[in-house]
Amino acid sequence: MNKTIALAWRYTPILLLALAWEAITQFGLISEYALPTFTSVLVSFGDLFFEELLPHTAQSVARGFTALVVAIVVGMTAGILMAWYKPIRIVVNPFIQMFYPLPKSALIPLTIMWLGLGDVSKISLIFIGCLLPVVVSAFNAARGVENVLVWSARGLGATEREVLREVVVPAALPEVLNGIRVALALAFILMVTGELIIANNGIGFLINFLGDGGDYKGMFAGVIMITAVGFCADRLYLMGMRRILIWRE
Amino acid sequence: MARTSTADSRAASALPRAEGPSIGARLFDTFGPFIVIGSLVVAWEIAAQRQLVIPFLLPAFSTVVMKIVDDVTTGAFFMNAGLTLYRTAIAFTLAAVSGVVVGILMARVVSFRWFFDPLVSVGLPSPKVALLPVFMLWFGLFDLSKILLVAFSACFQIIITTWHGTRGVEKELIWSARSLGANERQLLWEIVVPAALPQILTGLQIAMPVCLIVILVTEMAMGGGGLGDAMLVNARYVRSPGVFAGIIEIGSVGFCVIKSMEWVRRRLLVWHQETQREETTF
Repeated sequence: MNKTIALAWRYTPILLLALAWEAITQFGLISEYALPTFTSVLVSFGDLFFEELLPHTAQSVARGFTALVVAIVVGMTAGILMAWYKPIRIVVNPFIQMFYPLPKSALIPLTIMWLGLGDVSKISLIFIGCLLPVVVSAFNAARGVENVLVWSARGLGATEREVLREVVVPAALPEVLNGIRVALALAFILMVTGELIIANNGIGFLINFLGDGGDYKGMFAGVIMITAVGFCADRLYLMGMRRILIWRE
Repeated sequence: MARTSTADSRAASALPRAEGPSIGARLFDTFGPFIVIGSLVVAWEIAAQRQLVIPFLLPAFSTVVMKIVDDVTTGAFFMNAGLTLYRTAIAFTLAAVSGVVVGILMARVVSFRWFFDPLVSVGLPSPKVALLPVFMLWFGLFDLSKILLVAFSACFQIIITTWHGTRGVEKELIWSARSLGANERQLLWEIVVPAALPQILTGLQIAMPVCLIVILVTEMAMGGGGLGDAMLVNARYVRSPGVFAGIIEIGSVGFCVIKSMEWVRRRLLVWHQETQREETTF
């Protein structure tokens, strides 16, 4: 019970902000064309939820999730192998140095030219964006693994593969998981970005479409939807991360 | 027996400091990256010249270079890069100042923390670019809306790292300063800010790529000049050399921005142990 109250107290400022929004618009301090009342946005949210918001968000999230999972698998493998085998490092490192400072949104026109408007082009954009934080964190983490751990495992007769699987990966995990959290946030940015520029479905497209059509209530409902999804994804990820790292405490 | 010997050689290769590399290996270490990039460029040029790929999808590297030279000599590159950098600089400064101020206040004032904590924890993971149509509606199509959206996208990261950095300052430092007679203002400027500086700079370094991503998107969506706008125009008119040139131009600008931030970090943290340590990061 105490926990519930603490949680409610923690999120009271958001309620206050919503109340302020409602008050400002009800008293006509801001034109309703610039900012519809909060209650009308909520009504619009309810109206659009099953017809528009949910399917579009589901499409976006499915693309983002696919890209993120592929990026995690490829990125962790590449990062750890780079840290472990020098030839791989020398070959892969230049690509990373080249792509790391490139703002990934610059690739939107290219992904459209090469892969069209469908899912593949959006998934590859998110994939490239998420890949680098994962590779870099996996590389740094695997290089930072204490030599003593590696030596002990070898001394106990572990093969090279066992050392990687049983020592390097678990020891690198905390830092990699932090890198993946950065990638998660980037996935959301690129997911919406790609859809804002050119798309025919997805939540970014929906927000843009409703805004262009002058349905500002719907547009704000869309923004609330994607904010909520982003927040939930982050919280879920943090919960999962704590579970995975439970052995550390 | 054979297994042990391979394990030994692997052990040596995993410890770069212990091995004495041959001249060939050392040459490969130095020139390897250039060979990799060089062969990639050559493969690209050959594939395009032989028309293994439709020229529209992959224009020859030389064509792209010509386009870049053209952009540079006509000054179009400098104008667009200047516009993009000018917007980014203002937005980044705005985000940095507001983020650091809010972050420090959150660490030091309880009511501030209570109010901003939930807002930041909701705001940080949500994709702020989704507000692009809202910012267009509120602030128009010109620089103001672009700058504000970029600043808004970047400030949450700065707030949270500043807050965590300031909160993590060792109590002993603060107590010693107090007992030596420091007042609150001195405490803040002489102890808290320098001690939290590494974390604050990390926050700024994470925020900058986000700024660059978002500024390009706003330029693509709203126009008004800049590298993002130029690139999207090229894509619309199906001028693929322009698109590739744009990627290379934007990449070089991003490279310069990010490297100069690393340089600033080293300068500001000369006194810090991380600068003296051997570099393990990229």
